[in-house]
Amino acid sequence: MGAIDPALLLAAIIVAATPILLAALGELVVERAGVLNLGVEGMMITGAICGFAVAVNSGSPALGFVAAAGGGAVLALLFAVLTQVALANQVASGLALTLFGLGLSSLLGQGYQGIKPPPVPRLDLGPLSDLPFLGRVLFSHDLMAYLALALVAVVWAVLKYTRAGLILRAVGENHDAAHALGYKVVRVRVLAILFGGACAGLGGAYISLIRVPQWTEGMTSGAGWIALALVVFASWKAGRVLLGAWLFGGVTVLQLNLQAAGLAIPVEYLSMSPYLITILVLVIMARDKSRAPASLGRVFHASQ
Amino acid sequence: MTLRHLLTTVALALGLATGAVAQDKTKVGFIYVGPIGDGGWTYEHDKGRLAVEAHFGDAVETTYQESVPEGADAERAITQMALQGADLIFTTSFGFMEPTLAVAAKFPNVKFEHATGYKTAPNVSTYSARFYEGRAVQGHIAGRMTKSNIIGYIASYPIPEVIRGINSAYIHAKKVNPDVEFKIIWAYTWFDPAKEADAAQALIEQGADVILQHTDSTAPQAAAEKAGNVVTFGQASDMAEYAPFPRVSSIIDNWAPYYIARTQAVIDGTWESTETWDGIGPGMVKIGEISDAVPADVKAEALALKDAMASGSYHPFTGPLNRQDGSVWLAEGEVADDGTLLGMDFYVEGITGQIPN
Repeated sequence: MGAIDPALLLAAIIVAATPILLAALGELVVERAGVLNLGVEGMMITGAICGFAVAVNSGSPALGFVAAAGGGAVLALLFAVLTQVALANQVASGLALTLFGLGLSSLLGQGYQGIKPPPVPRLDLGPLSDLPFLGRVLFSHDLMAYLALALVAVVWAVLKYTRAGLILRAVGENHDAAHALGYKVVRVRVLAILFGGACAGLGGAYISLIRVPQWTEGMTSGAGWIALALVVFASWKAGRVLLGAWLFGGVTVLQLNLQAAGLAIPVEYLSMSPYLITILVLVIMARDKSRAPASLGRVFHASQ
Repeated sequence: MTLRHLLTTVALALGLATGAVAQDKTKVGFIYVGPIGDGGWTYEHDKGRLAVEAHFGDAVETTYQESVPEGADAERAITQMALQGADLIFTTSFGFMEPTLAVAAKFPNVKFEHATGYKTAPNVSTYSARFYEGRAVQGHIAGRMTKSNIIGYIASYPIPEVIRGINSAYIHAKKVNPDVEFKIIWAYTWFDPAKEADAAQALIEQGADVILQHTDSTAPQAAAEKAGNVVTFGQASDMAEYAPFPRVSSIIDNWAPYYIARTQAVIDGTWESTETWDGIGPGMVKIGEISDAVPADVKAEALALKDAMASGSYHPFTGPLNRQDGSVWLAEGEVADDGTLLGMDFYVEGITGQIPN
């Protein structure tokens, strides 16, 4: 058992947590604006292939990530048009978006199987990366992992302290009141949906460009659904999303390591542990009276 | 109203038209567990399907449904295919066994073929390949190539098929390298690239410098390539895009001849319920090219092993072999019977860890 290197383990956890963290952060903003977008999986996988294709063709992973955000946002725009302009049912539109994204990505991905993407360099933090333990755990990742962490702080601060965050939350809590105050409910929601799509796309590209690195059809295999569940269990709070992502990614990686190290815990329990532990911890934390945004999933039209 | 009426008429006309055509054509359906672009298991089954199309041309029409989850939804997918008029349906994953039998009971005139299972019915055949012969070759190369003496194994589900592979690989690695140790991770998935990559990463961090996989995607190959000094083998498909290193050889499933033969049997009306289990000899299992990263003498040994199994002069499970608990399984010179192999639920002596239930 003692064979697990904690530094390598912690470093692996950050890599495993980043995709769901990015996607869940995006969805958190969307839901705080009062929109339920179940298409996270579809936007993630579209981001994964857009990012992969552009990175391969341009040779630049950075451009790939930009394209991934763009791809996710374009798909999200479709959802925005359906639900905010055409006033379609959000649950049905979101599910359709996932199916559409999976199909679209396998179409776009024709010819990209078995190709290796350009490697994403680790960020060179000079002497920090050479620190004995912390260097490997904290200071030897790629730029995206740090951006994801920074994004947690930004989302938290914007929602809590800025006027824009207040308007977004007002729209999500009571869109009629926000409308009466003169805020553009539809515009705010469309922007939030686009942000959510871009984040999901980045999360997908993190899988196809860094975590796995390759393109395979259906490669997100459910990460989008995990992200969706995380938002709920994290009671729509950015800090708890980070905790949930670390827990889920952490226990997933940990249980694989425990198996490899030959620990005598039945594998069945290890395999279900990521889901159990994450849900358990977040449910216990959610005992304070946090609840869903009041207008979540409700259709808004100015005439009503 | 008028539009709906028009659409109904068009749909009806289309239905009649396809119905009329379907009478002359033999319809063959395939149910896949993963996407056809997985680069491994499902990819090879789909190559078999395409071979059927190429062989029969207009006489046969094929359909497929990919990424069908094992479990209740499989029954719906198979039923739907049978309702659409398929004459022969291949269900290509172990977990489709019960759904296939359930649907087969409802459609006695449709022929079913279930891959890697062990239950048959008057209109259900089973077919599988003796992948463990390929595992023997992999185990041999792995035992000779490892420097850390630690071999990682990404297993999927604890079913006989997978356990056979682990045992066969271990026996032949141990034969050429008595110090070898297997570290096994049960991923509980056939296809999840991110998880497979994490599993490979965990094994590499545990010191493994050879990784065998029984999952379907190429993600472990990518993880090994990133690590730089880790040997892998293609699983189900050649995965040649990772040759010559890390992928040094592969097991290739070759379903096309079987699919063509069974489709022909349906056309001729000679189809019967059978249990097929073919190996390297009849060509259902192929060994992908052993790359130059493998030393010439190791390559020669591996090829000799492969030829011995193809000719039937050597069986990978030949005694003396003990079970994990030390009890005798096969005496000196004794060869495992197919019944025991098909239901294999134990590790051979020397493998540490327990098989999940």
